[in-house]
Amino acid sequence: MKVEGQDWFYTDKVKTHFLKPKNYLKNEKEVKKFDGYGRVGNMKCGDIMEMWIKIQKDKIVDVKWRTFGCASAIASTSMLSEMLTEKGGMKVDDALRIRGKDIMDRLGGLPSIKIHCSVLGDEALRSAIKDYESKKVSKTKTK
Amino acid sequence: MKNYSYVKCLIFGELMPSKMSEKYLDFSATTPTRKEALAEATPFFLDKFGNPSSFHYKGLEARKAIEGAREKIAKILNCDIKEVIFTGSGTESINLALKGIAFKALLAGKRGTFISQKTEHHAILESLHWTEKLGFKIVLLTPNKKGIIEEETLRKALQENPDTLLVSIMYANNEIGTIQDLKTLSKVSHEFGVPFHTDACQGAEYLNLDVKELGIDMMTINGSKVYGFKGTGLLFKKKELIIEPLIHGGAHEFHLRAGTENVPGIVALAKALELAEKEKQKEGKRLTQLREHMIRRILKEIPFTYLNGTEKQRLPNNANISFEGVEGESILLRLNEKGIFASTGSACASQSLDPSHVLLGIGRSHGLAHGSIRFSLGKSTTKKQIDFTVNELKKIIKELRQLSAAWNKNKKSGEAKLRKKKVRK
Repeated sequence: MKVEGQDWFYTDKVKTHFLKPKNYLKNEKEVKKFDGYGRVGNMKCGDIMEMWIKIQKDKIVDVKWRTFGCASAIASTSMLSEMLTEKGGMKVDDALRIRGKDIMDRLGGLPSIKIHCSVLGDEALRSAIKDYESKKVSKTKTK
Repeated sequence: MKNYSYVKCLIFGELMPSKMSEKYLDFSATTPTRKEALAEATPFFLDKFGNPSSFHYKGLEARKAIEGAREKIAKILNCDIKEVIFTGSGTESINLALKGIAFKALLAGKRGTFISQKTEHHAILESLHWTEKLGFKIVLLTPNKKGIIEEETLRKALQENPDTLLVSIMYANNEIGTIQDLKTLSKVSHEFGVPFHTDACQGAEYLNLDVKELGIDMMTINGSKVYGFKGTGLLFKKKELIIEPLIHGGAHEFHLRAGTENVPGIVALAKALELAEKEKQKEGKRLTQLREHMIRRILKEIPFTYLNGTEKQRLPNNANISFEGVEGESILLRLNEKGIFASTGSACASQSLDPSHVLLGIGRSHGLAHGSIRFSLGKSTTKKQIDFTVNELKKIIKELRQLSAAWNKNKKSGEAKLRKKKVRK
């Protein structure tokens, strides 16, 4: 089957991440060891993403996620988690600069109708970083 | 008989070596052409290629084939041969029926109301929405939770809209397989002197097509759902009912559809419908058993799954199920990797951002509409295929739920909780 010049509905990269997603939360108990949590999206549009991050010395050292959504939504969150954790983890400042387009580029592109799905991943990440920072502030306050 | 060996090669599947591993469960999307229909149509592609309008033996040969096909179909529909109009698709037949009525009214300087319902096929809904631009009013009835239009709902709409030009209610729904009680609905329509059209594309293979018994004034059928060819269709239209054509040109099809007839397609459609009529009862029974088996297994073996539509008034080949906490396109593409082909009501698999208007129309939540899969069975479907599909489905749903942000393994998930609360109240 030829769709947009390819043998699948999306790029090979999307296919790989969709069929064998990386870094998703396998065990709910793992949640405790993370510092920040973000959740974006809603059931009406059909995409919901959750992200947990662990930060050490301003670097994201571990990421877990969960996604309700189509193949490209699952693949883009998986891709993002790989981008964050490869090369020993990404600096928080750099992570904050990630946009949907960066994820899409790494996936080798998405059909235009699907772009809103991948944009959610970076939003979930920023929401998790925000959560981490607000926790940090409240911790220093209590100290 | 000529030697059509290369066609035979196609018929016997030699060009598709991978066929053995396929589990095609999307017969409501389209059927293959059955080999008897293809065999009967083949000469009209080759040496019997004449134009039915020509005044020579070559033309006459083709003309006879078309009229023979029309006669066969008229017999099945229990109508006059002049009431069968061949078209290029189900969509075209629907456009001809609805816009044909609208244009007729326009030419008389009138406007009026069309009554239909929310869960119709887009061919109906979009055609009707277009007539709104010309000043027509449309009323879309809401079916009950099972997808059925109740007699009183239609009666009330007809009372409120005395200028109704046409009622159009589908025979069986393409997504959830719900069968409407056409006999009753057409009777109500006729009480108000309003003609009744039905889109019978999904029902034609399995249901009674006697237009007199059903009280139908116009009926749409297409070839691609009844093991005929794609790009073929017909509109049954009662002689007394006058409509305007959409395509002008020659005098073909009683001046209602100009253009040289698709002779092989028409021959194949007649053959397919003739065989469907013969096999209806037996095949309907076989598929009903398979479908019941499939639904029973899925609902029993996969938690938080829901049958969409009704159990009884349902097409023999349709199983439409919503899986809580997972999205349909993901399920579909995971199934695809196992050679299982189905379809979904999720927005992600369509070109729009909204999930199935049918599932929303019968009151399903967005979540369950996004998480719906339609399995539609057909001639080549076996119990082994169904069992293989359910087994794979179990694994896929488990995996996708594990990585879903709308599924919580420990707590009962959202929809289920809501349901429980409602029950307690």
